[in-house]
Amino acid sequence: MSSTLTMHLVEETRPPSGTSSEPALVTQGLSKRFGERTAVDSLSLAVAKGEVFGFLGPNGAGKTTTVRMLGTLIAPSSGSAVVAGLPLSPDNGVEIRQRISVVPDSPGLYLRLSVYENLECFAGLYGLADPRRRIGQALESVNMEGRAKDPCGTLSKGLRQRASLARALLNDPEVVFLDEPTSGLDPVATHEVHELISGLRKRGVTVFLTTHRLEEAERLCDRVAIFSTTLRTVGRPDELRDRLFKKELSVETLAPLPSPEAVFGPLTSVEGWQAEGASSYLLSVAGTKAAAPEVARALVRSGADVVSISVSRRSLEDVYMQFVDQDVEVLHK
Amino acid sequence: MNNIDMSRVRAIARKESRDYRRNRFVIFTMAALPAVFVSWSLISILLMPGGQPSAQLNSQVGMSMLFMLLVPAIVPAVITAYCVVGEREQGTLEPVLTTPVRNEELLLGKAFAALVPTLAISYAIFGVVLACVALFAHPGVPSAVFRAPLLVALALFTPLIASWSVWVGIAVSARSRDVRVAQQLATFASLPPVAVAALMAFGLLPQDLPVALGLAAGLVVVDSRGWRAASAMFDRERLVTRS
Repeated sequence: MSSTLTMHLVEETRPPSGTSSEPALVTQGLSKRFGERTAVDSLSLAVAKGEVFGFLGPNGAGKTTTVRMLGTLIAPSSGSAVVAGLPLSPDNGVEIRQRISVVPDSPGLYLRLSVYENLECFAGLYGLADPRRRIGQALESVNMEGRAKDPCGTLSKGLRQRASLARALLNDPEVVFLDEPTSGLDPVATHEVHELISGLRKRGVTVFLTTHRLEEAERLCDRVAIFSTTLRTVGRPDELRDRLFKKELSVETLAPLPSPEAVFGPLTSVEGWQAEGASSYLLSVAGTKAAAPEVARALVRSGADVVSISVSRRSLEDVYMQFVDQDVEVLHK
Repeated sequence: MNNIDMSRVRAIARKESRDYRRNRFVIFTMAALPAVFVSWSLISILLMPGGQPSAQLNSQVGMSMLFMLLVPAIVPAVITAYCVVGEREQGTLEPVLTTPVRNEELLLGKAFAALVPTLAISYAIFGVVLACVALFAHPGVPSAVFRAPLLVALALFTPLIASWSVWVGIAVSARSRDVRVAQQLATFASLPPVAVAALMAFGLLPQDLPVALGLAAGLVVVDSRGWRAASAMFDRERLVTRS
């Protein structure tokens, strides 16, 4: 495992350039211990306003504990944080909770009450001045205006999750914490939740999304953190890929090349190559944009019939597995 | 009690009331238990012969009326025993705790939601029983029932006993891991204040006005401590982490 994987890249925990200079969330050495067990160890990161930030990790990694600390539900054992512009402290609990919303992994709706009655209760808890209008807006945001009178107990799991998202929008939060929002949902309901998260991004709401669905994080998040008790890495998905993996081109020809080394060896942009099959080759390159035309010209010069030249793209899952594998190795030692 | 936002208290109380009205178990508890206690009390009073010595009649009436105090004791305890642990089991507590609501506001809302219907039912029952006694009891019995110490004791003890039961129920619920265990414990813990009334009913304390007022004052003190105990036992972190 490369040393870049093991170090905490503190400078990369800062919000990306191009986003608001004032972060919506900052944690510094945030830790939580339950007796002898450490759930979160010295978490330091910053999330920009309006950013969709993915917090990835395996089950039991401490993601929910982190959300609960930042949501003022549980107190950190040590460290500090600023949430929605306020220092995380018991004295600021009420004010922080006024500025944020937390959507737990289960919708937590009152099943005997209608959707509207559920939202009405929370509108009262937020002290909203015009609850009827705000409830209407929240229901419209999740396309549930027509289901307002339905008892929550009669709703499908996907609709319940949408209702819980409507609840989270009532107070017009600066930061929304979504804890595994698509857990247990079917693909259609998952897609709907993804659309809602995209809608939050458009409205400039900061979203702190915990998930272990990597394709979800890759699709929705500006940056992701990989976390398992400690912060392993943080950055944009493409940055993490570039940091961990060499850039590669995948080449396929109609027939095997008689001498691949003679074709690829002299190319300055190609750092190495290996055969992937009878007539497929994986080339390590310095940059895909510079290498692809050079490789194409070399193949044509050699008389090869080129079927395809494509950028071999590693997924966020590959990145994630590097860190999870590292965890497993540590556990086994 | 500083910084209590009554709009949040009302939001919780309204939600609880709606939830109770649609919960068959709560409806059954609020209907069946009072029906049993009031029937027992009423039948025993209506069957009393009128020509007894007044001391004996007063004692019998006192014991019969004591059953009616079981309504404000047991009904709110059973209901409130569910209110925290039940929400935790259903996963509805955590979303509420992520709102700006304070512990005191949350507990007051839950307390009002249990207290108001309990008092309404209790006083309605008293009215029905007193009307039946006035209309149907044997001669001599109504004068033993319509005595100032007894009526004042019932009127004062009812909200005080109910308040005790509410706080006991909430406190037990906040510390329990299981709804059924919470309801059993809360029911038992709700009974000691009834024993205070029993001291008068059984003639161990004189059935006069100063004694009734003195016991009521004692219950006020106990209730205020019960409220503080319930607030102290409501630990957000423990409830959220199920530790």
